[in-house]
Amino acid sequence: MNRIGVFVCHCGSNIAAAVDVKQVAEALGREQNVVFSAEYQYMCSENGQKLIKNAVKENALTGIVVCSCSPRMHEATFRKTASEAGINPYMVEIANIREQCSWVHKDITAATSKAIILGRAAIAKVRFNEPLTVGESGVTKRALVIGGGIAGIQTALDIADAGYKVDIVEKKPTIGGKMAQLDKTFPTLDCAACILTPKMVEAARHENIKLYTYSEVEEVKGYVGNFSVKIRKKARYVRENLCSGCGACALKCPSRNSGNEFNTGLDKRGAIYIPFAQAIPNIPVIDAEHCIKFRTGKCGLCQMNCAAQAIDFSQKDEIIEEKYGAIVAATGFDIINLDKFGEYGYKTYPDVVTSLEFERIMNAAGPTKGHLERPSDGRQPKTLVFVQCVGSRDTSGRGKEYCSKICCMYTAKHAMLTREKYPDTDVYVFYIDVRAPGKNFDEFYRRAAEQYGVHYIKGMVGKIYDDGNGNLMVRGSDIIANEQLTIKADMVILAAAAKPDDSARSLGTMLTASMDTNDFFTEAHPKLRPVESPTAGVFLSGFCQGPKDIPETVAQAGAAAVKVIGLLSKDRLKSNPCVARSDSLICSGCSNCEKVCPFGAITYADARVNDGTGMETRRVAVVNEAVCHGCGACAAACPSGAMDLMGFTSKQIFAEVDAVCR
Amino acid sequence: MRIESDIILGKVKRLVSDGKADRVFAWKKGNFCYDTEPSLFTDNYVGFTYDDFCAANLCKFMINESKKDGKTLVLIKPCDSKGLALLEKEHRINRERIYALGVPCAGKIDMDKIRENGVKGVIGIEEEKENVSCNGDENLIIKTLYGDKIIPKKSVLYDKCLSCTDKEHVGCDEVFMPELSEDTYDGKKFEGVKKIENMPSDERFSFWRSQLSKCIRCNACRNVCPVCSCVKCIFDNDNSGIASKANSDDFEENLYHIIRAFHVCGRCVDCGECSRVCPEKIPLHLLNRKYIKDIKELYGYEKEPALLTFTKSDAEPSVIYERGEKNV
Repeated sequence: MNRIGVFVCHCGSNIAAAVDVKQVAEALGREQNVVFSAEYQYMCSENGQKLIKNAVKENALTGIVVCSCSPRMHEATFRKTASEAGINPYMVEIANIREQCSWVHKDITAATSKAIILGRAAIAKVRFNEPLTVGESGVTKRALVIGGGIAGIQTALDIADAGYKVDIVEKKPTIGGKMAQLDKTFPTLDCAACILTPKMVEAARHENIKLYTYSEVEEVKGYVGNFSVKIRKKARYVRENLCSGCGACALKCPSRNSGNEFNTGLDKRGAIYIPFAQAIPNIPVIDAEHCIKFRTGKCGLCQMNCAAQAIDFSQKDEIIEEKYGAIVAATGFDIINLDKFGEYGYKTYPDVVTSLEFERIMNAAGPTKGHLERPSDGRQPKTLVFVQCVGSRDTSGRGKEYCSKICCMYTAKHAMLTREKYPDTDVYVFYIDVRAPGKNFDEFYRRAAEQYGVHYIKGMVGKIYDDGNGNLMVRGSDIIANEQLTIKADMVILAAAAKPDDSARSLGTMLTASMDTNDFFTEAHPKLRPVESPTAGVFLSGFCQGPKDIPETVAQAGAAAVKVIGLLSKDRLKSNPCVARSDSLICSGCSNCEKVCPFGAITYADARVNDGTGMETRRVAVVNEAVCHGCGACAAACPSGAMDLMGFTSKQIFAEVDAVCR
Repeated sequence: MRIESDIILGKVKRLVSDGKADRVFAWKKGNFCYDTEPSLFTDNYVGFTYDDFCAANLCKFMINESKKDGKTLVLIKPCDSKGLALLEKEHRINRERIYALGVPCAGKIDMDKIRENGVKGVIGIEEEKENVSCNGDENLIIKTLYGDKIIPKKSVLYDKCLSCTDKEHVGCDEVFMPELSEDTYDGKKFEGVKKIENMPSDERFSFWRSQLSKCIRCNACRNVCPVCSCVKCIFDNDNSGIASKANSDDFEENLYHIIRAFHVCGRCVDCGECSRVCPEKIPLHLLNRKYIKDIKELYGYEKEPALLTFTKSDAEPSVIYERGEKNV
């Protein structure tokens, strides 16, 4: 016999302002099987929980319905309360009358009746709840960090320092990421390489860190504490154990047609190359697409010149399988493609460059050895125009709606550095707003504008064109002076919007980690769990979660590491009992469930079944409860209803729907 | 050339005597020439026939036959072979205990269509000797108690034969005389679906309502369907709560047929048996064929079960809304 207690929370005024909580408690108190109904200001508070516990004892409740906030907030709290009161924690149902009711409705009468319906649905469901028991699983004490930029490096270092093994998988031939390409860093103007390379070296030398460069994650299976990952180590065509990193091969390579990725394509590299001087590992890689030996079968100059005999054209990709307890996504960012922004003439005019290209031009190790030279003719530009928000805060649908966050500061940096080195240069910056909220950030921007005489113009650029004499003309608006102006520029630098790296989306699918529409990884809670993904065991570090500058990235990387360490320090993990279960009496063994299971949790076994007419052997589905995430895809795919999800059985859901439609 | 029942039987006998199978599942003559029925032959072949009226798809019988010891030889027409392949893929049959003999098919004759032509007392069917073009355009001589009648063959073929685009067997152990199969396709497979798609939504609703209201819940469609092969149908499972839900609605057949269409969606082999066996002549195959058309257009799958397969190029749900809007 069901004895259900209903507990309606005011959530201060969060719920009570739009929902008549007294009326909800009264109405639900009249429902069948409900023997107790009460409302209280904060049900999650100590006193609120005491109210629940007392009611359980005094009324011998078998089921609890809490009408409150989203179960993501306090389901765990109330399950614990139930458990302390002596009933199974899975006999608790939450009716979300806050996010799904009071917060979205203004009309108190309508909101109240909706809250009552939501409560009824939860009561209908809890009638069919069954006590569930939590299982346990072990933890592999090794972490995987995907991405070897500053975020990944920092996370790995922190985990490794705590004494746990970490592997870094980096798709490029070297770790270092975007930060390695930067010249100076704001707001202190210290050199990016000077602060990054020691960390790269430390990561490479750390006894607990293993680097897989030029490698990509190919498959992720398993679950928190027990991931099994396949890593594709792409063929470098250079034997890492033999190569001394002398670089003779790269010097002799006759192919010079490939754009140098590290210098954003501003100069050329050989088909065998080391990305940059401080690359880690300091081992070259052959770009088979451009290599003459691979294309024509003739050449092999690098092989002839390699004293260490390290060149191996027959090398194949290698698949490495490793087990991990935790996975950190640190896939970083890239800048958007500017093809849709024809008005800026990027690619039409060689002297219109992106900020990342400008970083390389200003960098001493860059294509111009740090001299400010414009790409078209190598002349030193006298007038520079910076355009901010190119594709950021964009509502035209061509770019990104969000603010890329880093552009205001790096543009101020570029402008300042230019004026510092070349005081005879005129520097203009077109901006919508200057956003400089951060330690020493606003001071930095003001220094650029006030001390360095950078001309900040509030307004956007409408068009960049050639005046017919080879001059770049920048036409924009100055909304403070309320006028249109045209600047004859020698070079234009576009602050292109930053976006998550393209590899993030496929990784998100592999990790079953949720993502937003911009392909940023979603955090488990935007404020309170910012470095965890909603998928247990998956953590987020750096730009892949949202736009961040270097200090924020490093801080978040450390935070992600702490969460990983917390997980790896446990010996046993509690598992979710809300998993799928198959009824072997009904199962036809059709394999539909196996095909839709994203976690590989379903296998088949022959079972002896008595179907009423006699015993027979049938092929039936078996769920591995440790691997099952409880997503319910199998239950939906099963045509005969043999597969069901504990805690969310079809019967429970139908009961809810019936209650809503009553 | 006409497919002779005796030649098929000769082949069957040879296979059995060669030890390929222990029993035979085929068709048996009924009281009249047109009421053939599926039958298991264990000791003799009394009544064995394979003629213009053997339209029934035998593959589903293999679920139980393949549980028996030994091997069953089953006659499989091209359209049936896809059902057999699906049953194998979904592990519903023990394929090793089946010897699938592909038999040619020149289209099967719908007795109701003959009756619609006002022909009564049918005792047999022959082909016109002069016209043996094998392209389905020939005439048939209907032998009746009242004399012969000549009728164009295509006018009396089953609808499922007129929309048949599969004249090749898949997954059979052996195909016998495939050259005798005839193309009976009228080129209008999706016409019926398109017609319904182009209806305004209320007209479409009342079309289905009037059609499905005829349902007497005899379950013939479910029982004949090679895809509907669950050990226990969800409508027979009291615990599922579905059966009672369907009954409590004043329009329960809606739920029954729509749920059934969803359950076979992406798996349906378009054999057309559901409509052929329906005593109320409900065009059930149109529901399934609409899904086939949509899956082909939206996802491009023809072989893979669409609802169990995911690729990045799959249509987003919004596409369906857009299409829905357009077709309202």
